[in-house]
Amino acid sequence: MLQIMEGSHAIAEAVRLCRPEVVSAYPITPQTHIVERLAEMVADGDLNAEYICVESEFSALSACLGASAAGSRVYSATSSQGLILMAEVVFNVAGMRQPIIMSIANRALGAPLSIWNDQQDSIALRDSGWFQLYGEDVQEMTDQHFIAYKAAERHDILLPGFVCFDGFILSHTYEPVDIPNQEDIDAYLPKYVPYNMLDAKDPISMGMYATPEYYHEFRYEIDQAMMRSAAALSEAGKEFGEIFGRDYSEHVVPYRMDDADVAFVAMGSICGTIKDAIDEMRTDGIKVGLVKIRTYRPFPEKEIAKALGGVSAVAVLEKNVSIGSAMKGAVGPEILHALNGTGIGVYSYVAGLGGRDIRKKDIRAMADLAAQGKGNMFYGLREEVL
Amino acid sequence: MSTETFGKWYREDRLPHIFCTGCGNGTVMNCTIKAVDAMGWEIDDTIFVSGIGCSSRAPGYISTDSLHTTHGRALAFATGVKMANPDLHVVVFTGDGDLAAIGGNHFIHACRRNIDLTVICMNNMIYGMTGGQGSPCTPVGKISTTTPYGAAEPAFDLTELAVAAGANYAARWTSYHVAELIKAIRAGLETPGFSFIEALVQCPTAYGRRNKFRQVGEQVEYMRSHAMLLQKKRRLEEQGKDVPDDMFTVGEFVRRYRPALGVRK
Ligand SMILES: Cc1ncc(C[n+]2csc(CCOP(=O)(O)OP(=O)(O)O)c2C)c(N)n1
Ligand code: SF4
Ligand SMILES: [Mg+2]
Repeated sequence: MLQIMEGSHAIAEAVRLCRPEVVSAYPITPQTHIVERLAEMVADGDLNAEYICVESEFSALSACLGASAAGSRVYSATSSQGLILMAEVVFNVAGMRQPIIMSIANRALGAPLSIWNDQQDSIALRDSGWFQLYGEDVQEMTDQHFIAYKAAERHDILLPGFVCFDGFILSHTYEPVDIPNQEDIDAYLPKYVPYNMLDAKDPISMGMYATPEYYHEFRYEIDQAMMRSAAALSEAGKEFGEIFGRDYSEHVVPYRMDDADVAFVAMGSICGTIKDAIDEMRTDGIKVGLVKIRTYRPFPEKEIAKALGGVSAVAVLEKNVSIGSAMKGAVGPEILHALNGTGIGVYSYVAGLGGRDIRKKDIRAMADLAAQGKGNMFYGLREEVL
Repeated sequence: MSTETFGKWYREDRLPHIFCTGCGNGTVMNCTIKAVDAMGWEIDDTIFVSGIGCSSRAPGYISTDSLHTTHGRALAFATGVKMANPDLHVVVFTGDGDLAAIGGNHFIHACRRNIDLTVICMNNMIYGMTGGQGSPCTPVGKISTTTPYGAAEPAFDLTELAVAAGANYAARWTSYHVAELIKAIRAGLETPGFSFIEALVQCPTAYGRRNKFRQVGEQVEYMRSHAMLLQKKRRLEEQGKDVPDDMFTVGEFVRRYRPALGVRK
């Protein structure tokens, strides 16, 4: 049944249904509504979990790592400065192969301080060994939490994951959303069975020192697990579709791509605006399409190459900047690699940083630029303030 | 404050400010500016440093140079400023969350080093800026969005913590005790080494309305009627008399002259 719900509250509902045993978080805008609602659920007895109210994000993810190592299903949520502060622990969680799921309400990084949306925070941690899913709307980002736990906890995966969604644009927006019922989720996502855990009767050590003879192989194995997680996420998304009627087996989703000359590539809520802009451009006879990335890590290179095969130019809309890089955005070079040898032009457009609106006319302008072979730039600079 | 002093220290171009109606932070800012002005310090030799929070917005409204840093780190940044240029007067504005939660480690180490800073903490007993989650200073039983039925963990006594960790000067007052607060800040500015002044403030938006203070004035009145002078508390204890649990202590907790770091030559 569809209910009108704020994005953050829909996520809190999803988390409740996943039955985490430990939740720990530190408040940061625009993540706060999620964790406040979870704190309330725990206090009211609607969620049978420990809510650990810690003194920083660093402590939050550290407590989560401990709880996961002790064998619990664990949840956290953060944004921006909070995620960056966690960075040391973020890498450790992946290295210790703890399947923690964390919601990221995407927000710009300081300085200068900004509470508004872009995707710099999660993209900055793309190499940490957490898989990364991006939601386009409240329903998608809500459902991705179930799928994330299901894939992460498989014993052939055992990786943590981010579920990312645009801060304010999705976290604070009310949309109709279908929240599954507990029985169905219990069947889809049974109790967490740890592969190994801290247990005094059968002691193990985690996070030990690795000499140069072993370290290299540890990193290799994390990467191998990440590559396998593509299939695990896809299977979890397919099974979810069979039960709940919303299929998430695809890592990339094409929109009006059949005869497209210029294709956009984007992640998150901006895909909605891009689709509207595409519909308008199509009425004007401009053949444009979109390839939406749902799974950014592991990077779905083959699927992207297939989806973009027939186009002449690709416009990558980047809500991030890889400062000092040739293409400016972080996603562009990977698209370029996917299309290596095809001769298709790939151009990044850094846009929407720190909450700057991206309007339909901007999308149209980017399509124009890509068709002319111009890009790899900060789009829409206000020259008068430079 | 005279119009002249106000015009000298405040940036009218930054108005209107972000503080809610009835917020106690403005009072603490005014007390600080009065004390700084009374020291004869100038715009050019004084710098305000802060972290993130409502309280930490204060330096943005002041005409001196200011360094607006990340959440919790004001003291670490301020230590760098002072060590690089001991001739600067460095004043830090912080909040209970900024100072005692995410920045707690920097707090105890800055006290231990006894670095020559004056730190003014606007303690509203909550994370105000993010909408009222419980902080390490939320008293047991008080309501916040993360403690909907009352905080269960004991709160820090920030001023006692500063004393124990080695600060040369530590005092606590409230936004009601304006004259005392100005005097305490002045004493902190004068004392070489780490000076800590805790100012309890009303926060009608995130704290008061959840904790039965229906009007701003009620929380201010609470601070007036529940503040007990440190000397009085000690006297009661010496006499073996009970100190009511709902009273909190105010006054000068320590003033000493231990060797300090970053004191101007
Ligand atoms: C690393 C990091 N985590 C979380 C936040 C979000 N945040 C901003 S202000 C604040 C709390 C402020 O509380 P306090 O210092 O008591 O200041 P107040 O607003 O109450 O004056 C938090 C959690 C942040 N900016 N950075
Ligand atoms: S939320 Fe509280 S501390 Fe922040 S400005 Fe409003 S009243 Fe002041
Ligand atoms: Mg506070």
